[in-house]
Formats: sequence, C-alpha cells, structure tokens
Amino acid sequence: MTELTCIVCPRGCRLKVDTENGYRVTGHSCEKGEAYGKNELLNPTRVVTSTVKITGAMHRRIPVKTNGAIPKKLIFEAMKLLDGIELKAPVKLGDIVVKDILGTGIDFVASRDML
Amino acid sequence: MYDLIVIGGGPAGLAAACEAYEQGLKNILIIERDRELGGILNQCIHNGFGLHYFKEELTGPEYAGRFIKMLNDTSVEVKLDTMVLDITKNREVHAVNTSDGYQILKTRSVILAMGCRERTRGAISIPGDRPSGVFTAGAAQRYMNIEGYMVGRRVVILGSGDIGLIMARRMTLEGAEVLACVELNPYSSGLNRNIVQCLGDYNIPLYLSHTITKIEGSGRVERVVVSRVDDSTKKPIPGTEISFDCDTVLLSVGLIPENELTKNAGIAIDPRTNGAIVYENMETSLPGVFACGNVVHVHDLVDYVTEESKRAGRAAAAFAKGLSQTDEKVLAMKTGNAVTYTVPQKLRPMRIEKLADIFFRVNRVFGEASILVFDGDGKQIAKFKRDYLVPGEMEHIVLPRKLLDTAGGDSLTVSIEEVQA
Amino acid sequence: MYDIAIIGGGVVGCAAAYELSRYKLRTLLLEAANDIADVTTKANSAIIHAGYDPEPGTAMARLNVEGAALAEEICKKLDVPYNKCGAFVLAFDEADLAHVQKLYEQGVANGVPGIAVISGEEAKRMEPNLSDKVIGALYAPSSAIISPWEYALAMAETAVRNGVDIRTSSRVTAIKKVENQFEIQTSSGNYRAKYIINAAGVHSAEVHELIGEKEFEIHPVRGQYFLLDKSEGSRVTRTIFQCPTAAGKGVLVSPTVHGNLIVGPDAEPVSDGDDVSTTAEGLEYVKLMSQKSVPSTSFRDNIRNFSGIRSQSDRSDFIIEESHSVKNFFNLAGIKSPGLSAAPAIAKEAVKLLTGAGLELTEKSSFIDERKQIRFKELTDDEKNRLIAKDPLYGRVICRCETITEGEIVAALRSPIPPCSVDGIKRRTGAGMGRCQGGFCGPRVLEIIARELGIPRTSVLKDKSGTYILVGETKGGTGNV
Repeated sequence: MTELTCIVCPRGCRLKVDTENGYRVTGHSCEKGEAYGKNELLNPTRVVTSTVKITGAMHRRIPVKTNGAIPKKLIFEAMKLLDGIELKAPVKLGDIVVKDILGTGIDFVASRDML
Repeated sequence: MYDLIVIGGGPAGLAAACEAYEQGLKNILIIERDRELGGILNQCIHNGFGLHYFKEELTGPEYAGRFIKMLNDTSVEVKLDTMVLDITKNREVHAVNTSDGYQILKTRSVILAMGCRERTRGAISIPGDRPSGVFTAGAAQRYMNIEGYMVGRRVVILGSGDIGLIMARRMTLEGAEVLACVELNPYSSGLNRNIVQCLGDYNIPLYLSHTITKIEGSGRVERVVVSRVDDSTKKPIPGTEISFDCDTVLLSVGLIPENELTKNAGIAIDPRTNGAIVYENMETSLPGVFACGNVVHVHDLVDYVTEESKRAGRAAAAFAKGLSQTDEKVLAMKTGNAVTYTVPQKLRPMRIEKLADIFFRVNRVFGEASILVFDGDGKQIAKFKRDYLVPGEMEHIVLPRKLLDTAGGDSLTVSIEEVQA
Repeated sequence: MYDIAIIGGGVVGCAAAYELSRYKLRTLLLEAANDIADVTTKANSAIIHAGYDPEPGTAMARLNVEGAALAEEICKKLDVPYNKCGAFVLAFDEADLAHVQKLYEQGVANGVPGIAVISGEEAKRMEPNLSDKVIGALYAPSSAIISPWEYALAMAETAVRNGVDIRTSSRVTAIKKVENQFEIQTSSGNYRAKYIINAAGVHSAEVHELIGEKEFEIHPVRGQYFLLDKSEGSRVTRTIFQCPTAAGKGVLVSPTVHGNLIVGPDAEPVSDGDDVSTTAEGLEYVKLMSQKSVPSTSFRDNIRNFSGIRSQSDRSDFIIEESHSVKNFFNLAGIKSPGLSAAPAIAKEAVKLLTGAGLELTEKSSFIDERKQIRFKELTDDEKNRLIAKDPLYGRVICRCETITEGEIVAALRSPIPPCSVDGIKRRTGAGMGRCQGGFCGPRVLEIIARELGIPRTSVLKDKSGTYILVGETKGGTGNV
C-alpha cells in the first residue's frame, strides 16, 4: 500500500494505492484523482524545464522544456543532455534543442524567442 | 498626450494594454524598467501557467510570449529600460531613461501594473551572522534562469510558497543539494502539485511549523539552525534545534505589492493587501488611475492576473474615451470570519453590467465550508459552498448585479462558515 | 618609505589620513578589510553627539564638542549627508529627571551650545509620537545625524586625492624596528614608516602588542540594531535617547540621514571582537526598550538588523598617547562612543603628538579640501536632463527603492577608493539600502561591478573577503560575458 497526495486539484486528497491488488486507489474524491493515483505508481511522468547556453543574444541562457512528459526516472539523465549545448541567436519558440530524448520520442524545445 | 500609460510590462501590464487597445484606444504607452517585456514570467521557466486562461499548460516565458506577440500586432508604444519615478495627482508620469532623459508624460488614464517585491531577511528579523549566500528565492531564480549562474551547492529554503518550492526543484536539477524546506505555518502556502513534484520527487524534507532561528557564517553561509515553533505564538521552542551545514539560504517568505508610486500619488492603500483600494473596475481612489495584478494583491495564478488586468484595461479605455457614469450607490466590502481581504474593496453597482467578481483569501485551512455574503443590514444575500478552502489559494465568488441593487445598507460582508462534519 | 603609517581605516584612521594630507608628508593607511569604513564605522548609531555625556575634564568631553563642530564643517566641505536634527534625553521618573539635570550641567561645563531642560508636554509637542509617560527631557539642538561610512570615505578619498596611499586587504601581521624605522609586514606586502598611528579599533591592543608591551586591553561591547523602512522614517524627527537605568543604558530611536528610522543598541560584552551577529534576545530587548520612548514604532517595517562593536578599553577615557614601550608609535585606541563625533578632533590631537615627537609639518599649498558627489535623486528635472545628456548612464535607474542610477555606480567604481563588493557600492551610492535590500538591483550591481573591474561575476563579493555570491555557472559554463 503506497500513500500519496493527489495533485489534480488544490484539495490534496490523501490517496492510498494498493500495489499488490491491481493498483486499486482509495481516498480519492473524483475520477481524475483515481487515475492520477494509478498512473503515478505505474508510469509517473514529468515535463522537465531548464535552460541551455546561448550566445549572441540579450541573455546568456535560453529556457527550454520537454514538449511532452517524460518518465520521471529519466529526469536527471535528460538534464545531462543539456550540458554543453550552445545555441546561437536567433532562436525561435519551439525550435528543437535536443531531439528524441533518450528514445522517448519527446524533444527539448526552446520555450521563447531570443533574438 | 497619451490615452493611457501602463506602468509595468509584466503579465498585468501586457494584458491591460492589449485589452485597452482592443477597446479602441490608440495612444497607449507601456513603460517597463527591465530590458524586455514579460516581467517575472521571463524567469519562471517552469510549466503550469495558462491552464485557466489558455486551457493549456505553458511555461512562464511562453505565457508572456503570447501577450508580447499580441502586443506586437498593435500600435501600442513601449519604452523599455525606463523607470517611472513619480505619478502626480493630475496624472503626469515622470519617467527617466538613457535616451529620452527625464520626461514628464501626460495621459488621460494610467494603469498601475508594477507587480510586487519579495520580503527579505530583514522583514522577518532572522538573527545570526550576515554572511553572503542569503538570497530571496526570486533573486536566486533570476541569477540561475536568466543569467546562468549557480547561487549555491547546499541549500536550505525558508518558506514553502510556490517560488521556494519551484527553486528547490530547480536547484536540485542543476546539481545542488536541497537539505530542507522550512515552513513557519502548520501548512504550506504552496500548491500541492508543487509540494509533490518539487519536494516529494526529490526527497526534500518539508519541515512544517519550523523556522530558521540562526544563520551562521563569517564569509559565506556555513550553517543554519532550524527550530520548531509553537503554532499559536509562532515562537521557537527551545530544545528543538536542528542544525544544517549549508552554503545557501533561499527565502520565500512572502510578497509585498510594490506601491511606492501609488502612495506618492496620494492613492488610498488597503493595509490588508498593501495594494491600492480599488472599485469593481479596478479604479483606484484617484479617478482615471487603475491598478491590476500583483500590485493590487498577490495572486496565486497568473491566469487571474490576466483576467483582472483586462478588466482594468477596459475601464481605463472607457475613462479615456470620456464615458462618464454617475453612481447612486457605493458598497464597501467588509471582511468577516476568516477572510483576510477582498478585492475589490468597493463596488459601484451602477457600473456592473451583470456580474461582480470578488476575490479574497482565507486565513486558515477549511474542509467543507460556506462562503456567506451579508448586506449592510446584516441579511445574508448569498451563499457559496466549497469542499475546501486554503490560504494558498485565492478564492473567487461572483455576485449578480441585481443582488447588489437590492442589498440593504452601504456595505457587504464576506464571511466563512465551517460546515460541521 | 613613508613618514607615517596609519593602521586602521575606520573613521579615526580616515580622519587622521585626511588631517595629515594637508602637509607635505608621505602617509600610508593600511586596512585589514577589503574596504575602508567597513567595521565599527559602518555599524553604529550614526550620531554626532552634542557632548553632554562625557564627564567634564576628560579627553572625551573636550574632543566630542570640538569634533562635533569639525564634523559639521567637514560634511559641508566634503559633501557628506549630515543633519543637525537635535536630540532629546527622556525622563520617565524622578531619578531620570535628576540624571537629565546632571547631563545638562555636564553639557554646560563641556560647552555644548543651546542645551536646555524641557517639560514632558514640551517634548511631546515637539515629538508627538513620544510616550505619554515622558515627564521631562534634555534638549540638545546641536546633536546631529550623519552617514558615518560616507563621512569616513569622504575623508579617506580626499586624503587619497591629496597624495595619501591607501592599501586595503592589508592586515598587519608583524611590526619590527629596523634602523630607526618601523618595518610593517602585512598580508599585501611590507612597508616602512618612521611613525605609526594605531587606529586599529577593536584590534588596537593586538596591533600595539606586535611590537610593544601590553599597556591596555580592549573589551569589545556589541550593540544590536533595527533599521526600519522609510515609511517609519518620520516617526520621530530628533534622536531620542533614554537615561541609563539599572536595566541598562537605554536605547535610542532616531531618524537617519537616509530617511530611515534606526532603533538600538543594546550593550553586550563579547569575547570575539569580530562577532557582529545578532540574537533573538538582543533584538527583542532593543524593541521592548525602545517602545518605552516611542510606543508606536512599527517593527513590521524592519528592513535590516545589524550589530556593531564598540572598542571599549580597560580605561574610562579615550587612549590618545605615544606608546610607553615603543617610541614614535601612537595609540588612538579605546575610541568608544562618542568616537564618531570626536574623530576629526582626535586626528588633530594625533598630529600634535607627532609634532611633539619631532615630525616637521609643512602645509601644502595645493591641498584639495572639497568633494562633490552626484546624487541623481537630489537634482532638479533640468539638472537631471543635462546630466543624462552628458552621460546617458545617469538615465538608467538601477536601484529602484533609492533611485540610484548606473552613472552613480560607475562613478563609485572609478572613485579614488574603488569598492570591490556589492556592499561597497551600497555604502558609496545607497544602491541596495532600501526596502527590497538589493533583491532587484543586486544582480545588476554585480553585473556592473564585474564589467567595470573586468572580473568574472563569480569573483564579485557581497562584502568582506569570503563573501562570494555566485558559486559557478549552470550548464557547466565557465566563460563570462
């Protein structure tokens, strides 16, 4: 039995997920919460945001994000991919910075224009 | 002569200017002190913005980018790297920059959108040495996300507001070790989502009902002492000290609306919000001067800043166009049980088309509860049910115009009633 | 080879350097810290006392009154914030009234101008926020408030412009006598001088004992303060003192020249003279004591706490004398309150001692005795425009709380004693002194320092050595743009 706080809404239900019995969720107040509880244990994923170096721009870093959620366990490995990257201005919102992060099919993309 | 000068080019100022333009104002100027538009959103590189307004999840720069793009399609003028030093009672805006020098700009209307600043170590009088390595979370965020510098390696965060939580994750992802997040209250003022995804994901302990009672270090921070506090007095309990060897302290201990210009202009301030007292259309006590966003009250979500700022933009446009209105009645909003403030603080029913939006915060955590509204005669005129109420979340109710027209007396009181389980 | 080496860049050392720079002498000032005026001089009540406190006949009494008059002149000449706002010493009971009377008599004996005993009603009329329990007060109209670090800096900068050498980050580690001269070893190299002036404050006994016998001891006493927002700055318009009681010396409430309100200090003997930490108990004491005088002070509007160390000695008076064990070595030590007030008079006293020891003085015809600071916010609109047209950097406001421009920050970095830290900029320009305490302008000030000094941003300090702000770059970066 694993306990976790539901993040679907600010109410923050204390969910209990029975990992031994088909990931049955209790303690939720809505269906979304139930789905969250199950997914959070079966396949937790996160959107990762960070920055990479940029030259020739008004700032020295440009923000990036994954254009979809990646498995939680890959976060640190994904972060490492950003070290050493150096973009040159201009960069447009959505420009791909790292393609197909660790075989997930998700990319790191620029999250703003920087001229 | 401008129709409208917007002071501040963050999310509030951008939305207000765009809306005023939509309403037909042509001579609009935004004055921004930074070198680019977007305000604090530029350094909030995490996602979670826009779920209400755009119905999708954006990062801060993306959210700002949408409005900057909208603005670029208008003829709104922007002065960057420009500081407003004074606003006079007759709506003259004194501003200075490197190219235009010191200027006095005239305008029909003004929107105040200067945002807020962070409370500092001094504001909460943390005793101890005064080493380097003590940052407000927002300053640390700027160093990291905009300028590309690490502010520390071993970190203790005081305050579990959202900025503190976001920085806990951010520092961790960049290789720092976050030893603890320390919160004075028995609850966090941050969103659950951030507690789970910023602390929980990285096994960062959250110490509720604790505070930093000493900072040590002759040059850089070397150690902090954390103590449990008594929940009623907020005083540290001797014998509960925990020591953390760290080189950095991040403070996320509250935001204060930035109203020095407002005060100097003689505009009335609400001591509960530290922002201007505003009417239903975000007009301040100085006619033609409107305010919106975190300069009025600290919001939890930027989406609500956008909505509020559009309201201010519409009202400023109407004022600049000379649409005058007479008011037969002004209702003062009062705070009842567990309500810390309301925005607006005053309602002019004649100016409300159909619905009046009332925002407020509560001072403690509630389970099932009712929000009650009483008129000036003490009669309950509205009741809203909530499954929960938390201080970290801004609450919102909508009152129909016809309720206001028939309300007795000259005030409305918002109060919370707990539903007994 | 120098004629004179001054050890210590606090207000006493700086006043000595300024005074000596009038004469054709080779003078050196050595400061252990990386900036001058960065220890006791920057952390005190910032008061130029009228001079009723010291017992008549003491050096303190004489030099206080003399120094206070000189301070007013110097501040005018060297453009230092100074305001002769006057002071009250409050009486709450009969014992206090007797003390006030005694202070009045001492003040008259010491030659303090304009001093008077006034009624409680009169005091309340002049300062409406005083407690209703005030039954009388000493009124000293010549008491003044000052910016102590700008005062010391102004004197030191003027000394430099008149040829004095200043070496910061130069802690004196050894002093030897070599062929009738002193050889002074410091952390930045060795220097020679014929005479030494020891103005090393809390470390003056240690410095003396590097070459001399033990002749005095320093017993550091720490005092803690609150500095409140400008919104509290007019809570009182004069410095409000209390009479000493069995509970302690009493704390003061005073406006500052920068428009804030200062409240403090307590008085706590500490073993470590460098311990400028604050404590919850000390601050609570200060707060409670101050509320006896001014009950309505809003401590919610606190923007900063700090501690300062007074260099109390084992003697009751200032120590201004030639060392008994080392010829040509002069101690200016045990300069507790009213040391800030007395500093320029102490400096003149030191010059007298030097001439008594055979130093010949020839006045410079070219002595520069003026200084002008540009303070953007004090200019008229026209002056602002002319200045920006000449140097656009004055059009960029960096510190919003205090309205400090990039022009002023760059000017400070090009001044005779350029700072190397964010706090050094704060002391010279006021950037970061305001309510946000550098939250907004800190990163920008840091960037300007790095750019102007040509150093990486990671090398910029907050204050003294070891107070680095940034620990490296994200994304494994090493470069600096």
